[in-house]
Amino acid sequence: MITTEKLEKIRQEHRPILEERLIKEDKVVIKGDEILLKGNYYKKQYRIALRNCGIVDPGDIRDYIAMDGYKALSKILREKEPKDVIEDMKASNLRGRGGAGFPTGRKWEESFKKASDKKYFICNADEGDPGAFMDRSILENDPHAVLEGMAIGGYAVGSDQGFIYVRAEYPTAVESLKKAIAQAKEYGLLGENILGTGFNFDIELRLGSGAFVCGEGTALMESIEGKRGMPRKKPPRTSHVGLWQKPTILNNVETLANVPVIMNKGVDWFRSIGTEKSPGTKVFALVGKVANSGLVEVPMGTSLREIIYDIGGGVQDGKALKAVQTGGPSGGCIPASLIDTPVDFESLAKIGSIMGSGGMVVMDENTCMVDIARFFLEFTVDESCGKCTPCRIGNKRMLEILTRMTNGTAEEREIEELKELAEIIEDTALCGLGQTSPNPVLSTIRYFYDEYEAHVMDRICPSGVCKALLRYNISDDCIGCRRCVKVCPVSCISGKVKEVHVIDQDKCIKCGSCYDVCPKNAIKIG
Amino acid sequence: MVNLKINGREVEVPEGTTILEAAKKLNIKIPTLCHLDLHDIKFVNQSSSCRICVVEVEGKKNLQTACSTAVSEGMNIRTDSRRAVKARRTVLELLLSNHPKDCLVCAKNHDCELQKLSADLGIREVRYEGEMNDFPIDNSSLSIVRDPNKCILCKRCETMCNNVQTVHALSEIGRGFDTVIGTAFNLPMHESNCTFCGQCIAVCPTGALTEVNKISKVWKEINSDKVVVVQTAPAIRVALGEEFGMEPGTQVTGKMVSALKLLGFDKVYDTDFAADLTIMEEATELMHRLKHGGRLPILTSCCPGWVKFIEHNFQDMLDIPSTCKSPHEMFGTLAKTYLAEKMGHKPEDIIVVSVMPCVAKKYEAARPELGLGGTKAVDYVLTTRELAIMIKESGIDFANLQDEEFDNPLGESSGASVIFGATGGVIEAALRTAYEFMTGETLEDVEFHSLRGMDGIKEASVTINGEKINIAVCHGLGNARSILEKIQRGEANYHAIEIMACPGGCIGGGGQPYHHGDMSILKKRMQGIYNEDRGKAIRKSHENPMIKKIYEEYIGEPYGEKAHELLHTRYIPRKKM
Repeated sequence: MITTEKLEKIRQEHRPILEERLIKEDKVVIKGDEILLKGNYYKKQYRIALRNCGIVDPGDIRDYIAMDGYKALSKILREKEPKDVIEDMKASNLRGRGGAGFPTGRKWEESFKKASDKKYFICNADEGDPGAFMDRSILENDPHAVLEGMAIGGYAVGSDQGFIYVRAEYPTAVESLKKAIAQAKEYGLLGENILGTGFNFDIELRLGSGAFVCGEGTALMESIEGKRGMPRKKPPRTSHVGLWQKPTILNNVETLANVPVIMNKGVDWFRSIGTEKSPGTKVFALVGKVANSGLVEVPMGTSLREIIYDIGGGVQDGKALKAVQTGGPSGGCIPASLIDTPVDFESLAKIGSIMGSGGMVVMDENTCMVDIARFFLEFTVDESCGKCTPCRIGNKRMLEILTRMTNGTAEEREIEELKELAEIIEDTALCGLGQTSPNPVLSTIRYFYDEYEAHVMDRICPSGVCKALLRYNISDDCIGCRRCVKVCPVSCISGKVKEVHVIDQDKCIKCGSCYDVCPKNAIKIG
Repeated sequence: MVNLKINGREVEVPEGTTILEAAKKLNIKIPTLCHLDLHDIKFVNQSSSCRICVVEVEGKKNLQTACSTAVSEGMNIRTDSRRAVKARRTVLELLLSNHPKDCLVCAKNHDCELQKLSADLGIREVRYEGEMNDFPIDNSSLSIVRDPNKCILCKRCETMCNNVQTVHALSEIGRGFDTVIGTAFNLPMHESNCTFCGQCIAVCPTGALTEVNKISKVWKEINSDKVVVVQTAPAIRVALGEEFGMEPGTQVTGKMVSALKLLGFDKVYDTDFAADLTIMEEATELMHRLKHGGRLPILTSCCPGWVKFIEHNFQDMLDIPSTCKSPHEMFGTLAKTYLAEKMGHKPEDIIVVSVMPCVAKKYEAARPELGLGGTKAVDYVLTTRELAIMIKESGIDFANLQDEEFDNPLGESSGASVIFGATGGVIEAALRTAYEFMTGETLEDVEFHSLRGMDGIKEASVTINGEKINIAVCHGLGNARSILEKIQRGEANYHAIEIMACPGGCIGGGGQPYHHGDMSILKKRMQGIYNEDRGKAIRKSHENPMIKKIYEEYIGEPYGEKAHELLHTRYIPRKKM
């Protein structure tokens, strides 16, 4: 069995080997104790949760140990009482990175205080937001950070059984976790009598089968229990009545990856990063029309501008920024005018969006906000479990209204009806998915009302996205070359050679073929 | 105790009380739809899925469901705020937007909770119309019609089928807008492990689950040249009155007979007669098993839902139920043999219609082993509800009908047969006879109170001839499962067990007038049953003179050769899903 001394010995022996390999690969800069990834993209980031990603070999536990891995666990098991660990977590004010931002220490305390013969500790690795891959990156590249975080949490709350609920669509992450769990058990860092301290903690994997809603805590637990993944009514909180009716902690991957570092470097260090109410960093999946897309970890409170422009290199092709969507499919669209908003839980909520798990979609001037709302709603309609009326039918009706808007058949009153329905769904849906699904609708109505009006009253799509609302017209720049006539699949363009041509609007199917071939850019979209 | 305020009024309730219950205490009505609480049979549907009962709770960001949120000290609740009412109306509009508006021709017209709620909330327009579900209607079974397009996904049927009955025939399939309640692998009902107990129908708030309607077929037979005889089960006579505005439990036996005659049935008989016959056979079978070391306990076999349940789930125990056919099947057999001979008709010229509190009887009537060489013993089964419709359709003023008597020879019955309608009744009736058969003494006090009531599993011991006979009674298939598992584990020491699929027994059957969650209705019906028993001159099956006569004239010895041929059956192992 491994002891603390042996652990330290591995660390000291293996660290130079790791450093040597990294130097040889020429991908890092080593500054004293710190090993940082090279390149401008990384320079402006502050990587805590992603600290080891790209540095350690996830298949070799010694790499993780060399990066101070399992040091926190070993120290805590020897020196701290569970209640002290909880006090530290509370003092750190680490807030859940899965979306809602609930303070981790308080959650642990609730479970700690609840007397029970059995408690469970679950890692939520059912990352489902489209375009989000921060958890995946940690699971694939640094699985031990999650295992150590869970073991610390298990010790704090008094649980000896952990589960990682990971989506089956992440086969590499599953393999990486399997290997890591096996190695940790082999080293005596998981299982019975960990580090000879008498603490037992085992971790098992449970694979999700592709339902987005199973990332919701209670639905996830139903799924682990072998039932249909549908949310339960809360309260009771799962920290009191969770998996198999026992007190259960559910923490997200990124949250858990933060835990060992906080325990190693201390609460004060952690609180010095980020903001007062949202300390630490957050990983974002920066995607969409941004020049450099990828994972970005920055201190909380960093402005959207810094993330998009300084790290992301601004909008693609030098186009203007229109909006940023944060928080995944149930997040909100933030207009470019609010780009200096600091990114933290409170600030985002104030402007009608959410942190969510960290999705950040950059949208340029050519994005139609009504169409975007429709797009996100399509996702939630598809992923609704069907249990409660507002989500099952309400979201469907919202999607239908939005579809009518984008194809030019909506009536004027429908903007208000849509808003009212969205507010009622937010107010009455059973779970977090349903309650937040109207966010894309409400935030776009709030900031881009004029686009809704344009679609419904003027029947035009100002961004030129909604096909049904487009009108192709030929301007006087036309030289009568007849190229457009030749490509038009419905033969709706007429005119004599070398004279300005005309499009028959009744026949036009808005395919855009004429627009693409016109050598004089004479075809205008309006 | 917890103190809170609802709509500005203070109330004190025990900890754990829901907002809905606390509001009831103040006579504040909060509408509900998915919620249903049948404490007596341990059925609570608290799925919180419909969101109709939402109320405003001070300090909470979102509206809360009154049916499933427990009160807490100092809570300040508004059930009548604009916000709550508007949300409630919108949620209802959403449900209606995906619900067929064919109320006028729906089987649940005037009995539909969704329809009533819509009327109560004064809905005059559905603002959010759109695509509607278009699922196929499952009318594959002989008992239950499933129209998923009328389903509001309240999950009551699922709770009943899975938690109370432990049948697990129904659960949700698909997700989002396409979610539908269905069977495993979406099999047609008749291929599933459904027992057709019909308790899903009993709790369904809309027309999504209804019985297979045979009214027009029966009208056709009545108006044909055939001799159409009808029999009525014990539990009908204490529930039928409800359909005509009478108190539950009102005994309407005489009026029912009058009505059936007015409807045009050629003869009106009583299943109770066959229940007496069942007792003769079953009591003798029990004595036979006791004497010859047969496998015990003996289980009653009157209930077709229960029989199908054991066939699916306990294939190794199919030798323990009594081999007696159910009473209405015994009746059907005798009608097409004994009665046919007596009346001088060919069996195929006689049509037997059963009025039952049950939808499983519809399926049972078609079981091939119960047939009589090419013809069915019972041709049609109507539920209490279907009979009520026929009476209404004919314009009969039911409440003011004069009482009439059943026809004979198959119309005379004892008090013992009447109590078949309530849980515990069959075994009590059997005891009345078995005691006298075994001891040769007269049983003075015929009422076995420990076998009565709504407890899920009841146990009693009776000493007969110095031998202790252990009895159990259970109703609800979940209770049946637990008692059968106990027997399987060798932990039970019973001689006889009565099992009924429906909570409360046949009075709570899936074909009875809808109780809409009011359990006091079942208790009143039960009381009606025992009152009817008490009013009978003869209270023991073997004392029924017509029973004595039919054995002398036709059957011979109870449990004898002819009795076996006519009145006993066998069971078939069925697929466990």
